[in-house]
Amino acid sequence: MKRVYPNKDYCIGCHICELACITAHSKSKDLILAYTVERTGEGLSSCKRVHEGGPTCVALSCRHCDEPACVAACISGALQKDPESGRTTYDREKCVGCWSCLMACPFGAIARHPLENKIVKCDLCFDRPGGPACVAACPNQALKQEER
Amino acid sequence: MLFQPINRNYHDFSIVRDKDACINCKVCIRQCAYEAHYWDESRQKVMHDNAKCVGCHRCEALCPTSALLIQKKQSDFKDNALWKPEFIKYIYKQADTGGVLLTGMGSPVGNIPVYWDKLLLDASQVTNPSIDPLREPMELKTFLGAKPVKLEFTKTKDGSPKLKTKLSPNIELNYPLMFSAMSFGSINFNLHVAMARAATELGICYNTGEGGLHKTLYQYGKNTIVQVASGRFGVHRDFLNAGAGIEIKVGQGAKPGIGGHLPGEKINEMVSVTRMVPLGSDAISPAPHHDIYSIEDLHQLIFALKEASEYRVPVSVKIAAVHNVAAIASGIVRAGADIVAIDGMRGGTGAAPGMIRDNVGIPIELALAQVDQRLRDEGIRNRASIVAAGGIRCSADVVKAIALGADAVYFATAALLAVGCTLCGKCYTGKCPWGIATNDAKLAKRQNPDVAAKKMVNLVHAWGHEIEEMLGGMGLNSIESLRGNRDKLRAVGLSDTEMDILGVKHAGR
Amino acid sequence: MPATKRKAHEDAMTYVIIGNGVASIGAIEGIRRHDQKGKIVVIGAEEAAAYGRPLISYFLAGKIGADQLALRGDDYYVKNNVELKLGTTVTSIDTAKKAVATDKGETIAFDRLLIATGGIPFIPPIPGVQGADIYSFTTLAHAQTLIELSAKIKRAVVIGGGLIGLKAAESLHDRGVAVTIVELAPRILSAGFDEKAGALAANRLKNVGIAVNCGVTAKEIQRDTKGRVKGVLLTDGRFLETEVVVVAIGVVPHSAIAKEAGIKVERGIMVDAKLMTSAKDVYAAGDVAQALDQLSGEHRVVPIWPNAYNQGYASGRNMAGAKEPYQGGLPMNSISFYGLPTISVGVVNPPEGDPNFEVHALLDEAKETYRKLVFRDEKLVGYVLVGDIDKAGMFTAFIKFEMALAGEAKDKLINAGPEVFLWPEKLFDETWNPAPAKAAR
Repeated sequence: MKRVYPNKDYCIGCHICELACITAHSKSKDLILAYTVERTGEGLSSCKRVHEGGPTCVALSCRHCDEPACVAACISGALQKDPESGRTTYDREKCVGCWSCLMACPFGAIARHPLENKIVKCDLCFDRPGGPACVAACPNQALKQEER
Repeated sequence: MLFQPINRNYHDFSIVRDKDACINCKVCIRQCAYEAHYWDESRQKVMHDNAKCVGCHRCEALCPTSALLIQKKQSDFKDNALWKPEFIKYIYKQADTGGVLLTGMGSPVGNIPVYWDKLLLDASQVTNPSIDPLREPMELKTFLGAKPVKLEFTKTKDGSPKLKTKLSPNIELNYPLMFSAMSFGSINFNLHVAMARAATELGICYNTGEGGLHKTLYQYGKNTIVQVASGRFGVHRDFLNAGAGIEIKVGQGAKPGIGGHLPGEKINEMVSVTRMVPLGSDAISPAPHHDIYSIEDLHQLIFALKEASEYRVPVSVKIAAVHNVAAIASGIVRAGADIVAIDGMRGGTGAAPGMIRDNVGIPIELALAQVDQRLRDEGIRNRASIVAAGGIRCSADVVKAIALGADAVYFATAALLAVGCTLCGKCYTGKCPWGIATNDAKLAKRQNPDVAAKKMVNLVHAWGHEIEEMLGGMGLNSIESLRGNRDKLRAVGLSDTEMDILGVKHAGR
Repeated sequence: MPATKRKAHEDAMTYVIIGNGVASIGAIEGIRRHDQKGKIVVIGAEEAAAYGRPLISYFLAGKIGADQLALRGDDYYVKNNVELKLGTTVTSIDTAKKAVATDKGETIAFDRLLIATGGIPFIPPIPGVQGADIYSFTTLAHAQTLIELSAKIKRAVVIGGGLIGLKAAESLHDRGVAVTIVELAPRILSAGFDEKAGALAANRLKNVGIAVNCGVTAKEIQRDTKGRVKGVLLTDGRFLETEVVVVAIGVVPHSAIAKEAGIKVERGIMVDAKLMTSAKDVYAAGDVAQALDQLSGEHRVVPIWPNAYNQGYASGRNMAGAKEPYQGGLPMNSISFYGLPTISVGVVNPPEGDPNFEVHALLDEAKETYRKLVFRDEKLVGYVLVGDIDKAGMFTAFIKFEMALAGEAKDKLINAGPEVFLWPEKLFDETWNPAPAKAAR
């Protein structure tokens, strides 16, 4: 499957991928509204997180592992592996906020929703025509979606 | 302003922030290498300090909501025909610092004409047909190096002819274009990788500049010209044999008479190893080559390098365009150089004293025309190729340069613009926000070689197409036919003396 | 993807799975990764299709409805070509004839069998524990019973201050029942959490009005003349009046059927690296299995959810012929008490005075946060987080991948928290930015 691969050598730490992510996952699909209204009001948050350590930085999110630890740990069936697309899918309705996935995922790719007992996790923008928003927005092509 | 020098508010730029569009996402803060944007904890919003803005436009380019506008500061001194604002600010700055005014890339002052803009190209009408490059072959291939006066042949046993004349080594280029010398250190490794890859993909050459060549780039040697300058940084036998040509840098158009200057801030581990200089120490090339005090000395160096490279590659000598450029070029050719590169005063630089940049040297157009003419007059034009450099902005400039006598052109500023440079001229600070003239690990990352190489390739492809169009329009199907073909040029608004120097007629004649 | 060794002309394999919990789901998914054709039969004693067992506390608390319990979608079994026999108990296994018998009188032949019968509540031999009004809390049926009961009763005593006991207490409290917890150990959550984390959780419970009694246990459950529970007499002499007692001491492997079939059972069913039992082609996974534990390298029964899925998955893959060893389980628990999240992974209570371990703990009682890191041989082997749990997974990585932490890296982990840049370069690249495959696969 095509996954999103981050290249830390060319990640410039601008965080634009995070902005693209919240815009893509917003109701308004408008960055200004997504960031100012939906983020602060509804806890809209990015699935992607830029990790920074000195001069090094890299934007990480769910790897959509072949054998995901989060799916093994999920007590509600909210996280499942979709055999067809290869995605690790998340059903928000089923999630009870037990944080087992957050504990089990060794890649730190799962975050708590800031306001609700739900998690925030990359869905690869599966319903976005142009593919993952973060990849499209990265100004330095440090994120690539490809088959490896 | 509180707690600040009295002239601090006479800054060059103003940052204009659209309050409706700014979402305080801090992208500008992260992008600005000069800390002009900052997070105001007490106000809980992004603020800026105009005085720190260098006008690089990085924040404006990356602002995800287009909330930023970088403008010249709208503050005027009283009009004064002599004391232009730049000069006033120079005085203030020097009164504060007592130092030489250091600058980079391009001059804000001066009324020196850009002759490219005064020259017009011809096109075929009726009497000779123009050529459509999309339908007919068009040759841009260029060979740099000495050409024989005549060709002699012998006959083989079966009677077919065989070349008897021994040809000098030449550099083969798919376009009459090369990326000019920008040393590893003045620009970073990522851009050297990008230039090397782009040159390889295009079938042209890039020039290492005077900072040596990183080992990992030896693989691109076929498309590399290695440079030897007065500091001899990074010069050793492997280096001399790594490229398709060797260039002795005598002078640079942006700062004739002085040597290269790489501030210690830009000398990191990789640069230090490649240049063979201590980490963090200034790498200052002497003004002269201490082994060149005459044409005879130059002759010795040229042949020393030819010996070192076993006569496999041509040797180029690059000089700044100065007053006696034609005579100097003649001497260079007679000293054995295969290529003479002439760098005009508008050439770029990462670091040069402003006074020298703006006042020393002559424009490339005049120098080029005179060098070509002189070598022709002396009957030695075939002994060396001429490469013009310093202020080539577009494909028309290339075509005009070739019509004035160049075999090929060097361009560097255009290549940097292609990868984002906005000519803010702060290269010498080592904090280039576009990740070009910096070796700061966090900033240098901003140039992804994949992206940069692609842009450089695109630029050369675009210029190539345009050159073909212009050649076709003139009824020429080969760049060879344009070289020194000044009949294809006409001047507008130039004096008789200027036209005489350029060897062109006025438009209408 | 490694293909099974079976030849095309052979009949499709029949996989029989006893048990319909998460290990069973893991097994189905493990099998289907390698074998799309084989027949899978799942035999479950409970009436419901696989559900999130830990969800029963959410269900009892009224936080979710019955429709939210299913672990997989309605079409899951059909899509995966699984024959589901619910409400059916396997009565015997014939390892020689490769068949199981059920209480419905069926005999089902298998090529590969997985025993994933899970655990059964442990009921300690307290006088009065047998009889009415005593409940356990490990199945959906238990939860349904307690929901009905909670409307009628005012008081309940929960024996056991482990995860199940505390969640039962919390859920009953949410239903308006006055709950008292009785825990033999000096603190609650003694197994998976340490003293300070246990104390923070206990405070949360006490603050909402749940009584927590530690260091005592039930000496006797007293009943009235009708045999109904009237209270619990504690070992310290106190008497707690109650109408209902929930026994939540823990679970023990439900391994009787395996034992009877002659399969080797210690604390749980013994399995090898591929999760096969002593009987050929018979595998075991989940709470019933005594499988490899990553950190100790020993075989242990660690009845936790992710291990059950992972063992099920690994057994499924191996039953389908993948020949990949089970990587070993890691004890881990994540649980919240009235909004106070807690996570514990790996070794969190190293033997006291053992010089091989190094512990770094940081408690902020005002913020209700606690962080404990346990190192052994310059590697992280366990941690506890209370309150601020956001970096849990990143800590887990250091344990799971057994990353060596030399001086500075360890200091950074302790002082600045886990960061992906502390990973070895090679692991980082393989994980996040592997080299693109050169040849087409």
